[in-house]
Amino acid sequence: MSLPGFPDAAPLTGLLGGVLIGIAAALMLLGAGRIAGVSGIAARAFGIASSSMPRIGAVAFLLGLPLGALIVIRLAGTSAPQFAAPVTLGIAGLIVGIGTRLGSGCTSGHGVCGMSRLSQRSLVATATFMATGFVTVAVINALNIAVAP
Amino acid sequence: MRRETFIALTAGIIFGAGLALGGMTDPARVRGFLDLFGAWDPTLAFVMGGAVLVMAFAWALQRRMLRPFFTDSFALPDRSDLTPRLIGGSALFGIGWGIAGLCPGPGFAALAIEPVSAAIFIAAMLFGMLVVRIVEGAA
Repeated sequence: MSLPGFPDAAPLTGLLGGVLIGIAAALMLLGAGRIAGVSGIAARAFGIASSSMPRIGAVAFLLGLPLGALIVIRLAGTSAPQFAAPVTLGIAGLIVGIGTRLGSGCTSGHGVCGMSRLSQRSLVATATFMATGFVTVAVINALNIAVAP
Repeated sequence: MRRETFIALTAGIIFGAGLALGGMTDPARVRGFLDLFGAWDPTLAFVMGGAVLVMAFAWALQRRMLRPFFTDSFALPDRSDLTPRLIGGSALFGIGWGIAGLCPGPGFAALAIEPVSAAIFIAAMLFGMLVVRIVEGAA
């Protein structure tokens, strides 16, 4: 299914993927009483932040992410996506790490879990990282900087 | 395996499957969404919309629950203050997100797709997190 005016968009698989993400976050919330925020869980798993979440649980969640992706890739056989050059990935990762610690969350914690709760902090955080994301891509494209190798 | 560990693993698998199905493990698709002033790809909005919709129901249910199904109590954030740290940190995160088209979730999920690229991103991200901890610990 395609979206009129947006030939590259994949609205149906996007929505289905989003529903799966929502189910996963709901399982964490209603089953374990926790926010499925990946940056916070990563910090917990690697001993960078302390939280009430058991470390083994944080590690298990993180291990699940590539396992789940692998299942979908095996079933759907999606094409190989392009990733940025190693230096670019390093710079981006560093900024993401600093930003998510200072900002107390990322797309999953603030975007999915916080916005759906109408948390004021998450609504502001999400609006902020979306805005700087839009500007960053606009600037990179305007300057014709090649991100992929 | 403890029940909570099993729940976390299951949730991680479903989460990773959702990210891959929704195209979020493809940096080009994420950067396409962030390319608002160019060839905009709204797919990420459908992913986010689907997830938020399901979670809105989950929160409605949570408010009627005394405790989670498999653990003793809820451990949820309760802050509502808007601080420069929250806004500045989120602003930084958005810049990094826009540069590589990766955020933490897809970063880990991408270990199944491009392990070397994903590992570089994850290692740099963890280093950034550690820097914040060290700087704040010294302050």
